[in-house]
Amino acid sequence: MIRRILINILAPFLAVLLAFSVGAIVMYILGENPFYVYKILLINSVTSINGWGYVLFNATPLIFSGLAVALAFKGGLFNIGVEGQLYIGAFACAWFGITFNVHPIIGIPMGLIFAMIFGGLWGVIAGYLKARFGAHEVIITIMLNFIAMALTNYLVNNPFKEPGQINPIPQTKELFSGSIIPRVYPLFNKLGINLSPSVPLNYTFFIAIVFCIMIWYLLERTKWGYEIKAVGLNPKASRYGGINPSYIMILVMFLSGALGGLAGVNDVMGYRYRFLDGFSRGTGFTGIAVALLGKSSPIGIVFASILFGVLDRGALAMDVFTNTPRELIRVIQAIIIIFVAIGNEFIFRLLQRLERESE
Amino acid sequence: MISGILSLELLISALRMSVPLTFASLGGVFSERGGVVNIALEGIMLVGAFGAVVGTYFTNNPWIGLLTAMSFGFLIALIHAVVSITFRINQIISGTALNIMATGLTTFLSRLIFKAAGSSPHIEGMVQWRFPGTNWQISPLIVIMFAVIIISQIVIFKTRYGLRLRACGENPYAADSLGVDVIKMRYSGVLISGVLGGLGGAFLSLEHARVFVEGMTTGRGFIALAGMIFGRWTPLGSFSACFLFGLAEAFRMRLEGFGIPTQFIQMIPYIVTMCVLVGVVGRAVAPAYDGIPFEK
Repeated sequence: MIRRILINILAPFLAVLLAFSVGAIVMYILGENPFYVYKILLINSVTSINGWGYVLFNATPLIFSGLAVALAFKGGLFNIGVEGQLYIGAFACAWFGITFNVHPIIGIPMGLIFAMIFGGLWGVIAGYLKARFGAHEVIITIMLNFIAMALTNYLVNNPFKEPGQINPIPQTKELFSGSIIPRVYPLFNKLGINLSPSVPLNYTFFIAIVFCIMIWYLLERTKWGYEIKAVGLNPKASRYGGINPSYIMILVMFLSGALGGLAGVNDVMGYRYRFLDGFSRGTGFTGIAVALLGKSSPIGIVFASILFGVLDRGALAMDVFTNTPRELIRVIQAIIIIFVAIGNEFIFRLLQRLERESE
Repeated sequence: MISGILSLELLISALRMSVPLTFASLGGVFSERGGVVNIALEGIMLVGAFGAVVGTYFTNNPWIGLLTAMSFGFLIALIHAVVSITFRINQIISGTALNIMATGLTTFLSRLIFKAAGSSPHIEGMVQWRFPGTNWQISPLIVIMFAVIIISQIVIFKTRYGLRLRACGENPYAADSLGVDVIKMRYSGVLISGVLGGLGGAFLSLEHARVFVEGMTTGRGFIALAGMIFGRWTPLGSFSACFLFGLAEAFRMRLEGFGIPTQFIQMIPYIVTMCVLVGVVGRAVAPAYDGIPFEK
């Protein structure tokens, strides 16, 4: 057991280290000092309280998108459509927020529920087509991403465009105050933590942590969780166990899509207080890296999201203070995915061999 | 008369739109007939489109651009092969990672080389070939495409190599027991798909746009895979399916300016792809060991 945990932490750690080494080699070839670049990356993220505030703010949507991908993994499905579900969910909660002027006690939960329902329904399209027709969920969810982006682009450009706006990127008007999730700095300042009011970290982060616990509970302590994992491991065998795999597939895609929808909440309800066209820039895809690095476990996903939050924050600084374009971070993310997957495979085999020997 | 010309124009436009899809789709056929799912085709097309522009930009010769595109596609495919065949990692995960990498890498390099985010400078396209004795012109890549379709059909169904490749996709263990080197065959399928996918991407930047734009493949790699499924993993079938998708894109371009919001017109190829995928199920059967790593 201890050995298993050790190896489970060691493998992702080594994968990240290796990926950074590859990044360092690229920088070295480009004539940059990798240590300087990485120093810049870290100084602007983890050496101050405000830096950490930004890191956790960046990590918030990643926790949701990582959970979305991980839950689908558990059910044996690849949800590459988190990006689309995120846009649909973000627009849904924005619509609620700009339409209904209600007390926060109603406004915030309703915003979350709208994001979940619409994101979930967007996911269900893929789940249903897979369950009913066997259509390849990877291609379907990718197509749905493009459709979701075009749809929200239409909505924010036409019926919901803010009148008389000057921002070159189309956006909706501002949410009513009842659907705004407040920032955390007043609480932190009361606790003696000196977080600047300009840091956008808001209570969505804590909502994300609550969802991590709920998903853990769902998977480990409920009948649904058991059935999801059973279908994920072997849909045919689960059928003999009295589980209806089609039903579970649709359920998984609803829940996964709902989490994907929630990944849009941080920006809409907690930061900009409006829907900005094309705001996400790949959060849904980074969720895949987060889920793999976190080994699809909620606690792992939190740590992986924080790591990617550091990278996102550092990438900005890299752009400003070094000659290395920030897209290198994206390449490093991809390398992390590959190394983690290879590491997992090695460890799986290693454990198998050890267990066989100990028998 | 006018409608006749218009419809001919529409068919020609559809043919041009189908070229990048067809190349990638043929690549998919080689990869999946050997048993390796290659969703990295999206990223392969993207680096192909980028490579074509880089090669042409530095040499002013689009043929060098084509070669660069093919080698860039080959390199991404090589990573996919090493990760998913040698290390036996889940092929979807490897492909997804490579798609993310391709997005980052092309933007990263384009910022380094062209010193501008977003897009590259414009480049010279290919010199069109003229039909002897007429005014008709055709892109050399279209001629190459038809040649590749026919050659692929023959190679996969009429040669020893094709038989072995298909065996590796249908039952690698049986193939192995008969002395076929499954690993080598699967590598060959994936690498061919890299070269072909790179060519498809090259058509996008060399012929359609004459410029590289970030993320310019916009899902075409996945549409090509849907075409391959619709075409039942055969080169001729894949081309027919991709022609259908090309028709959808040609229609889409024609519809612009009719008062329909552009966003809904943009959705057409994606919706058509989804409908096709849903419609073919049950009739299209993948190679039995498609997507399953082989372990001796």
